[in-house]
Amino acid sequence: MKPAPFEYYAPDSIDEALSYLAEFGYDAKVLAGGQSLIPMMNFRLAQPSVIVDVNNIKGLFFIQPNENGGLRIGAMTRHHQVEESKLVADRAPLISETMPQIATVQVRSRGTFGGSVSHADPSAELTAVSVALKGSFLLRSQKKERWVPAHDFFVGLFSSVLEPDEMLIEAKFPALPERSGCAMVEVARRPHDFALVGVAAVVTLTKDNICKNARIVLLSVGEHPMQAQLAEQMLIDTKLTPESLRAAAETAAKSDIDPGGDIHASAEFRRHLASVLTYRALDKAFARARGDG
Amino acid sequence: MKYIGKRIRRNEDPRLLTGQALFVDDVDIPGMLHAAFFRSDYAHARLKSIDVSAARERTGVIAVYTAEDMGDEWKPGPPLVSPPATVENVLFNSRTQPPLVRDKVRHAGEPIAVVVAESRYIAEDAVEDIIVDLEPLPAVVDLEKALEADSTLIHEDLGTNLAAQMAQSKGDYNKAKESAAVVIQKRIIIDRGAAAAMENRGVVAHWDAKSQHLTVWDTTQAPIPIRNGLASRLGLSVSQVRVVAPFLGGGFGPKMMMFYPEEMLIPWLSYKLAKPVKWIEDRRENFFATTQERVQIHDVEMALDNSGRILGICDDFLHDTGAYDPYGLTIPLNTQSHAMGCYDVPNFQSEIKVVFTNKIIATPIRGAGRPQGIYIVERMLDIAAKKLGLDPIEIRKRNFISPDAFPYEHNIIDQAFSPLIFDSGNYVLALDKAASLIGYDQFVKEEQPRLRSEGRHVGIGIVCYVETTGVGPYEGARITVEESGKINVATGVGTQGQGHFTSFAQIVSEQLRVDVRDVNVVTGDSAEFHWGTGTFASRGAVVAGNAIHAAAVVVRHKIFKLASELLNAPEEELELEDGQIRIADIPNMSISLGDLANKANPLRGAVEPGTEPGLEATAYFGPKYGATASGTHAMILEVDTETMMVEIKRYVVVEDCGTVLNPMILEGQIHGGVAMGIGNAFYEKLHYDENGQLLNASLADYLIPTATEVPQIIVGHEETLSPLNPLGAKGAGEAGAIPVPVLFAQALENALPEYDLEILETPLSPNRLFELLREKEKSR
Amino acid sequence: MTNNKNISLSVNKVKYERSVEPRMLLSDFLRHELGLTGTHVGCEHGVCGACSILFDGQPVRSCLMFAVQANGHEILTIEGLGTINNLHPIQESFIEAHGLQCGFCTPGIIMTLVPFLEKNPNPDETEIRHAISGNICRCTGYQNIVEAVKIAAAKMSVVKSGDIAHT
Repeated sequence: MKPAPFEYYAPDSIDEALSYLAEFGYDAKVLAGGQSLIPMMNFRLAQPSVIVDVNNIKGLFFIQPNENGGLRIGAMTRHHQVEESKLVADRAPLISETMPQIATVQVRSRGTFGGSVSHADPSAELTAVSVALKGSFLLRSQKKERWVPAHDFFVGLFSSVLEPDEMLIEAKFPALPERSGCAMVEVARRPHDFALVGVAAVVTLTKDNICKNARIVLLSVGEHPMQAQLAEQMLIDTKLTPESLRAAAETAAKSDIDPGGDIHASAEFRRHLASVLTYRALDKAFARARGDG
Repeated sequence: MKYIGKRIRRNEDPRLLTGQALFVDDVDIPGMLHAAFFRSDYAHARLKSIDVSAARERTGVIAVYTAEDMGDEWKPGPPLVSPPATVENVLFNSRTQPPLVRDKVRHAGEPIAVVVAESRYIAEDAVEDIIVDLEPLPAVVDLEKALEADSTLIHEDLGTNLAAQMAQSKGDYNKAKESAAVVIQKRIIIDRGAAAAMENRGVVAHWDAKSQHLTVWDTTQAPIPIRNGLASRLGLSVSQVRVVAPFLGGGFGPKMMMFYPEEMLIPWLSYKLAKPVKWIEDRRENFFATTQERVQIHDVEMALDNSGRILGICDDFLHDTGAYDPYGLTIPLNTQSHAMGCYDVPNFQSEIKVVFTNKIIATPIRGAGRPQGIYIVERMLDIAAKKLGLDPIEIRKRNFISPDAFPYEHNIIDQAFSPLIFDSGNYVLALDKAASLIGYDQFVKEEQPRLRSEGRHVGIGIVCYVETTGVGPYEGARITVEESGKINVATGVGTQGQGHFTSFAQIVSEQLRVDVRDVNVVTGDSAEFHWGTGTFASRGAVVAGNAIHAAAVVVRHKIFKLASELLNAPEEELELEDGQIRIADIPNMSISLGDLANKANPLRGAVEPGTEPGLEATAYFGPKYGATASGTHAMILEVDTETMMVEIKRYVVVEDCGTVLNPMILEGQIHGGVAMGIGNAFYEKLHYDENGQLLNASLADYLIPTATEVPQIIVGHEETLSPLNPLGAKGAGEAGAIPVPVLFAQALENALPEYDLEILETPLSPNRLFELLREKEKSR
Repeated sequence: MTNNKNISLSVNKVKYERSVEPRMLLSDFLRHELGLTGTHVGCEHGVCGACSILFDGQPVRSCLMFAVQANGHEILTIEGLGTINNLHPIQESFIEAHGLQCGFCTPGIIMTLVPFLEKNPNPDETEIRHAISGNICRCTGYQNIVEAVKIAAAKMSVVKSGDIAHT
């Protein structure tokens, strides 16, 4: 399974990389970690005629604090760097919790935050996590630069709003409000496989334990990460009980998603798992928000 | 015994651990060319035309061949196993695989053209240049539909998709049924999977025109038959052909299939082009081009009396052989010979129907039909036990072949066409030991009720198996004492990780009393030893091992005879230890084996007529029938009834393979077999669609258990020697995999009593479990 | 090939300069260009782990990298870890525990274990199994590999840290 031939460029700077994307457009693919792209190339499912390898662009590797307690992650930051980062653990514990669940240790050596997000696989944990954390992505081309909220970034299966001449530069995440709790829960056949279903939950409580905010985002249940907005609405401004969590979970499963089936899980099983995992994620997140999780 | 039975470290490990072991893809010959195949995307299609001109013109491409280009030299592979001559009314339609498709594609992945180029990369580019006109035909994928009158035919000239039909029986099942207190009738569907060894297949062929010699490196479990067949196909003398099976990255069965299209073609290409040619299968190809095992559909009946004694079993089944049937009835015959399990079954009847389908050929995968037979009998016993209110252990004990009933004749034939005779066994010992090791009583009486009251779904299972092993026809070995004092052993079987370099050395050391590290074992090279069949059916240690033992005994005799002359002492006064033969009690009257070897091969003097120079012997071993191993597996598992995820909490194996050559190696075989069995039970499934397309042809979607899915396995032993060979040994390579799926069925049912499940299929998965539980909920 | 790139890299502390086609996989480069056949290829889609090597000290799947990407970097393969006469404690432990059978997956597992044991000098069974869950073995059932790792951890706590290769 050898890849088809391609022209290879390894720019040292973002501007140089963008010049190649401007020149080659649809014929070019950005090579980040390669953990998703190279298997597809080896299978010859992808045969880009130009590869722009951005692994030498030092300016894309960073984890920085953002104003007001938020976080910025450079597009080429490796998964293992994010996994080991105390800053991330402090400011975006949902990301830290998620990292060990991403694939295997070897994949995390090379795989990158921006690469995973740009690939827009609805089974990739970081897509759901980015939406759950209200993240935004900086997209840049030779012509322009724009911030796109994660919620608007993913539009379909392996499809984002990235234009052929654009590259993802960084992701930023706002600070989590006080009395917030997060949880990432997934079910996979083997721990490092793509999840059959996964749920990322970020919730915030008032000091009287009323739900102030809830964000529930599911992965592997649609063509892009699915935010369970009806379920969220059921919880906001309410006092939480196991019954209300159960009801929200069922609503998420019944009304917020319309999953497909494949050889690993039928649509019905996915829907069932969505209900189970949404409950578990909310339960965990709220416990953490209360300070006892 | 000093060497046999000891946990001796493996001779081969240092090389494997440091990258100094040769695998087929490591072979590199100057001027070597690389091959890639154009394979059919369709499972069933007529080949209308093929245009390779663009491929031929690509820079770096040396040649492209189609079936047409092969002319008269195009010839399908030979049938490997003919139908049994001793059984009446056997219908067998032999159809074997062609080297390249000539008129019709019969499975997805069947090769239509081969490109030879300067690199594999260029060869794959050229494959994309090839234009093929295929007229798709309806794919035959369902076994029952395949036998319907209006089904599309895979081999049109046959007029049917029935590849074979054969029945065996003993006693009178129908009569037995009349007096039964309980008759259970079930349809059981058993699906297996791919072997998926970590090393894919590969062939490197080097025809050296100047020396008129062909050397082939092949990931085969059967180098000698390959050598013989290649010589024949190419019109060469066998002495002009050497086949080497170097280190192999796992076999598990499919590398025993012989004369794969690539095996026929690559040597032929080298011969034609007078250049070395290499073909290495990639992982995607492995799913389409390497054999696998698939579905059997069983309609089975068991008749019992009211104490749970089996009066008879009737098992009629369909077996999927794929597009061709070179391997004969091997797998289904194994199923038949294991469908009575460990039990004394007086009446038995079974009809096999082998069906062609538009899928890759099915040939033995670890277990080779035995898991299916064991699944049937153990499942039916479980169901009977429930009906009769007996526990699984009790019903088994009531039916075991008694230890004094051996050799036990089943009065049917096995896969080697010999009468199915179990040589020895004492099944209750393994069952009791396994029950004790898993803490069966304590779990059922205390742990399980306690955990259940906490809302947890834990279950326990315990099942028994037999495994026919060590079948003929024969193997051979040649042992030579070298002047260095080291011993050289050559045998025809190959090695795929099961430690022959060490276990065979132990057999030799036991006789010749040298350190195991000083015994050099050569396997799988037809130039070193050219009589034998191969590594399959758990026979390496038994058959090759006993040939080695026999040769070692002769060499030992020669040592004593010559030493007696040289030391001027009667043989009874000599002892052989630590590479020295000496007069007992007079230690300085000794000769090292190396010096003795030197003396045995004089440069002057005379070698007496009727004797041979050197300290060397060749011996063969051909068992009349195979030895039967046995054992018990037990498991405790937990089901999360919300997510349907299953976790194995405890796993116990008690196995009985007679004399154990090296307990460390044996346990490794058990661990690996159980891991494969867990794959077969809950993770691995080849998903074919109605067009014969394999939907999960990658390791991302064909789920092999990793370290987080396989539990710690506690292994206990019983040792009931085999009377069939001097070592008392039975085979053990496949045992770990055999009973795992049926164990899962019992344990899952036990974990979910409120659902009252009756599991009649394998494999399972969380998704399938969800469906089964949902069905039960809906029917309430 | 006209679009070949010149690369310069260090493999097992030896410097190499080569000219390679960009699409050549790092696994093929190591095995066939440099003749370091100890690293094996099992799937070429990043699942089996047999091709795992150390890239600047990190465990990576060499089938998911192009050789050109190794320009200026340091690679360690199984051949660089220890030799028959000078085995690394991990290699020794695999012999003692019967942690390999056919040996095909073994180099990839061992290279994955090198940084793991550096970071986790005293791992428990669960940690070990998770650490090797990205490497498929079809022969051993993993049990003796886990044993080998425990033995290696004990051995290596006696060895000075930082001294990986015994060459």
